Amino acid sequence: MTKGKIVGLEGSFAVAEAVRMANTDVISAYPITPQTHIVERLSEMVADGDLDADFICVESEHSAMSACVGASAAGARVFTCSAGQGLELMHEVLYIPSSMRLPVVAVAANRALSAPLSVWCDHSDVMALRDISWVQMFAENNQQAFDLTTCAFRIAEDKDVLFPTMVHIDGFYLSHVIEDMVLPEEEEVAGFIPDYKHPFVLDPDKPVSMGCYGPPFIYSETKKAQDVAFDNTRPRIQEIWDEFGELFGRQYLPVESYKMEGARVALVTMGSCSETAMLAVDELRAAGVDVGLIRLRLWRPFPFKELREAVKDLDLLVVLDRAISFGMGGPVCSELKSALYNKREDLKIVGFIGGLGGRDIQISEFKYMVTQAQEKVKAIERGKEVETVIIGVREGGGR
Amino acid sequence: MGGEGLGWKDLEIGFVVTEPGNASSYKTGDWRSERPIRDNERCIKCGLCYIYCPEACIHEDEEGHFEADLYYCKGCGICAHECPRNVIGMVEEKEE
Amino acid sequence: MIEICIYGRGGQGAVTLAELVAHAAISEGKHAQSMPSFGPERRGAPVLAFLRVSETERIKIRAEVTEPDVLIVLDPGLLQVGDVVSRLKKDGTAVINTMKSHDEMKSRLSVNKLATVDAMSIAREVLGLPIVNTTMLGAMIKATGIVKLESLEAPLEERFGKVATKNIEAMNEAYAVTVVS
Repeated sequence: MTKGKIVGLEGSFAVAEAVRMANTDVISAYPITPQTHIVERLSEMVADGDLDADFICVESEHSAMSACVGASAAGARVFTCSAGQGLELMHEVLYIPSSMRLPVVAVAANRALSAPLSVWCDHSDVMALRDISWVQMFAENNQQAFDLTTCAFRIAEDKDVLFPTMVHIDGFYLSHVIEDMVLPEEEEVAGFIPDYKHPFVLDPDKPVSMGCYGPPFIYSETKKAQDVAFDNTRPRIQEIWDEFGELFGRQYLPVESYKMEGARVALVTMGSCSETAMLAVDELRAAGVDVGLIRLRLWRPFPFKELREAVKDLDLLVVLDRAISFGMGGPVCSELKSALYNKREDLKIVGFIGGLGGRDIQISEFKYMVTQAQEKVKAIERGKEVETVIIGVREGGGR
Repeated sequence: MGGEGLGWKDLEIGFVVTEPGNASSYKTGDWRSERPIRDNERCIKCGLCYIYCPEACIHEDEEGHFEADLYYCKGCGICAHECPRNVIGMVEEKEE
Repeated sequence: MIEICIYGRGGQGAVTLAELVAHAAISEGKHAQSMPSFGPERRGAPVLAFLRVSETERIKIRAEVTEPDVLIVLDPGLLQVGDVVSRLKKDGTAVINTMKSHDEMKSRLSVNKLATVDAMSIAREVLGLPIVNTTMLGAMIKATGIVKLESLEAPLEERFGKVATKNIEAMNEAYAVTVVS
């Protein structure tokens, strides 16, 4: 069922292969650690004639996304990638392709935000992009980095979606790791991503006005239309993942479960630490703890229905956040609480923050989270305030 | 301005406006507090007013004289300022 | 699954070594994962790379190797820099580039299994460069048998092109002379 050949590929190169096989027309990107290898590989492919695309060199990420918007408006298949501060510099322009419904595809090699300067992985950059109305999903390994980038083109360009789509791969943990994966045949990928035609492109023979200004009398209507259209992408995303699953033998779901049979407690993760968490679940299960794992694959649009289904038999959710919403706690934890409020009053949700700025997350940390969360539930039941813990943070104060 | 009555279901994908050049239906003439008047007896038909008009609302008539289209003319007075023969004057719009 | 830590200095090719072995293992149908220890690389500064190879199961763990089965030390000076040997598993193997005799190293380091080679001299002689990573491949294979020696030829050719031959020669030379006990 898993068609293709087994290869050893770095995560960045797996993404570049997906972009090449998708026969991308225009690439515009600015290199930044840890995304650099993706851009380097793609520019090599274009220079060597292995990919017939225009590579637009730009002076910043802001310009990169601006070039992508223009190229996409002309009807091209467009790709870019960035990370951390680069996504922040790009931020202003990220809202444009989504509200203009331009199917740009991007990969983010997730990285912490300054200061202090950190090139290492966490999800601070992702969390700053929550409201950009791009379809966003998380990869856990290099296979998924390839598969989800391939799917991203199909999803973004689908006539019932037409929203830009971003695949999150954790910086270094995926971008710089070489591992074995299945690389499908080029023709099969090409067959999965047919040419597309946007209903409105820049065309002198059929002129339209794009990106007009929206005075108060119409702006609310535009945002309502955008929100409804974005919400309505969910079934198509699943259908496209189903189609990919049938063709290539790997099935993706908005919320994916691991060992949830009979579980009363579940860890919640996103991204590259998820398989490490699976090993923690294996060890805890072997020790008699009824614990499972829930991974958020689809981050936007948020998978409310699938999440509620996944937690229906649980007493406790233990959420790992790789970012802080300062003054608010863990952003994923907040969102889960919000998504489940009024649905499951008896479900306790305890959040932890970890893996900030490249701090390693070992199996032992997940086991610690599960044990600590159960303690915290007792404290919550006694009416105590429970603060969010940053795993492994040193207290100091003895000087 | 157009579009005031549209609901969200009426909007095109990406809010594109499919009627090309529809800015021409946008009336700017009601921005005007002064209107240009001209003395065509002294006009030398040089066309400088036509060239300088920022709204491009001045057109040439059959006799070669120039006239502002008051649907668009904002009353900025640049034509009056630029006219080498001072044949254009600006007068206050009267209340109707 | 075998877990390996490779200690080197920026420029010595610790990360490349991990990548080459990962490619070789994957070409043999094994599962492998190479992972740099994520830092801004600076020539001369201590560098750590991780490698995991599994015969049967897919490698799920995606975190640093904390208790390696095998330790590769590209620069003997690093033995003084930090806590290099202490995390090695009790039944683990250390593969060390050193100009000292095997017996001297054996008496100085308390490790279960030790492999030593003067990789620097081989690299200088065969490659004409003081870069020991490909030479150390030979020592590593001799000590661990983690992949076949010939499985590294294709990855070396892919990586180094024309100069692959010399690197293969250096690797083979080290394989021949490495002392393991």
